[in-house]
Amino acid sequence: MKIALKNLTVSYQRHPAVHHASGEFALGDATAIFGPNGAGKSTLLKAMMGALKPDAGSVELSGLAVRDIAYLPQQSEIDRSLPVSVTDLVATGLWHESGAFGRMGRTGLARVAHALEQVGLTGFAARPISALSSGQFQRVLFARILVQDARLILLDEPFNAVDAKTTFDLLELVRQWKEEGRTVIAVLHDYEQVRAYFPYTLLMGREVIAWGTTETVLTDANLRRAVDRTASWHDKAPVCHTDEEAA
Amino acid sequence: MIWQTIYDFAFAPFIEFSFMRRALVACIALALGSAPIGLLLVMRRMSLMGDAMSHAVLPGAAIGFMLAGLSLPAMSLGGFVAGVLVAILAGLATRYTSVKEDASFAAFYLLSLAAGVLLVSVSGSNVDLMHILFGSVLAVDDMALLLVAGVASVTLTMLAIIWRPLLLECLDPVFLSAVRGGGQWWHQLFLLLVVLNLVAGFQALGTLMAVGLMMLPAITARLWAQSVGGMLLWSVSVAMLSGFGGLLLSYHVELPSGPSIILLAGLFYLVSLLFGSQGGALPRYIRARHFEE
Repeated sequence: MKIALKNLTVSYQRHPAVHHASGEFALGDATAIFGPNGAGKSTLLKAMMGALKPDAGSVELSGLAVRDIAYLPQQSEIDRSLPVSVTDLVATGLWHESGAFGRMGRTGLARVAHALEQVGLTGFAARPISALSSGQFQRVLFARILVQDARLILLDEPFNAVDAKTTFDLLELVRQWKEEGRTVIAVLHDYEQVRAYFPYTLLMGREVIAWGTTETVLTDANLRRAVDRTASWHDKAPVCHTDEEAA
Repeated sequence: MIWQTIYDFAFAPFIEFSFMRRALVACIALALGSAPIGLLLVMRRMSLMGDAMSHAVLPGAAIGFMLAGLSLPAMSLGGFVAGVLVAILAGLATRYTSVKEDASFAAFYLLSLAAGVLLVSVSGSNVDLMHILFGSVLAVDDMALLLVAGVASVTLTMLAIIWRPLLLECLDPVFLSAVRGGGQWWHQLFLLLVVLNLVAGFQALGTLMAVGLMMLPAITARLWAQSVGGMLLWSVSVAMLSGFGGLLLSYHVELPSGPSIILLAGLFYLVSLLFGSQGGALPRYIRARHFEE
């Protein structure tokens, strides 16, 4: 198994959001992706999921099938007004076993119930998702990840608009995943959370500013550099020739 | 006495006249197929899509009419091809450009509609256009009945098969694509069903009225039911009731049948708007005492 970026560039209207990023993620451990807004963190996760096409370079996910990867995007993308129960939503995590047509089965539904228990939502199984607070909803999405039972877990700003207690509970799940040998990669904004739960950090400012153990990466000098690199957007930026030079 | 009155009013017309029986069967079949399709359109926030597609069907029906006269198979096939063509073109435009799906559909259905009106006015009289636009449920023959029933059967079978991915795609499209669940294929298949149901409806109700039976019961259902299953039951029931009541209305008061059916569905909608237990205006206004926990 290997999870690596190889000279990855992803851009919007030719302006790179992720620029020549290379490196390897620590397996069976937790890596935080840290950096200011617009640093290309979400873009990187989307490229890893194959939702965005790289301009150059590639993402290597060797030894991982689609079913081995769980991805939690930023919250806004789910239509919560639909008449769907908590159980229904969590049970979609069984997709790789049930597929489009197969049945969920008793063991599958038992796993759903167990996952709800683990995220502290026992008794919420039949509630409509429209009746949940944003914290409870995030717990539901974590329960789905539990059901997916994936070896690689990608989280995009999972604790936005979530209160302290919920954040703490969900971070404990991250710790548990780490102990089970799963690889967790999470975009985060909170310095303290990264320090406490993520042994590795990838600091982005469109380019890879620093990548390694968290204490060596999160230095004042590095953080300042990340902000500087992100803030620039030149309408007349020259065309990048790094690839040809390298070749 | 009262039973006699009810019998005379509600049942005698159907028992006495075969054209009323045919119309009723057509309405029930249409309700079974169209109402669930409309519900999915509402849940996908594509409520106006049915309207757009009904316009898109027009030039195909017109070409069918030009080639074969007032022939149901020719007009249906033409309408189906035109509708599918617009769906495919709009789908391609959405996929390969940065324009959103609703804008692409608007553009292509307008092109299609203009072409349709042009064809109709060049080739036939206005009476024919009226027939395509407004249909006549009281004149459905065996062929039309078979078409409507066939489409309803295909629709219900298909929906039963693709129900899970279809719902998941409107609930959480990002998840479906993350698990490589084949998002756009279910969507295309669904659009095919939309076109099929509009084509089935246009002989009976006309292209414009067919959308009414698709959308109004579905929106009404949303105001009453809390689960997807409940909404399905509501929408199909409201659609069937509208067909039944609308036909009676048109029989007793001598009104055109298509608009009577749709107006009755509209009446159900307006009443639900006021009294619907799931978000209707009055229940929202009158606050119930809250629970202790």
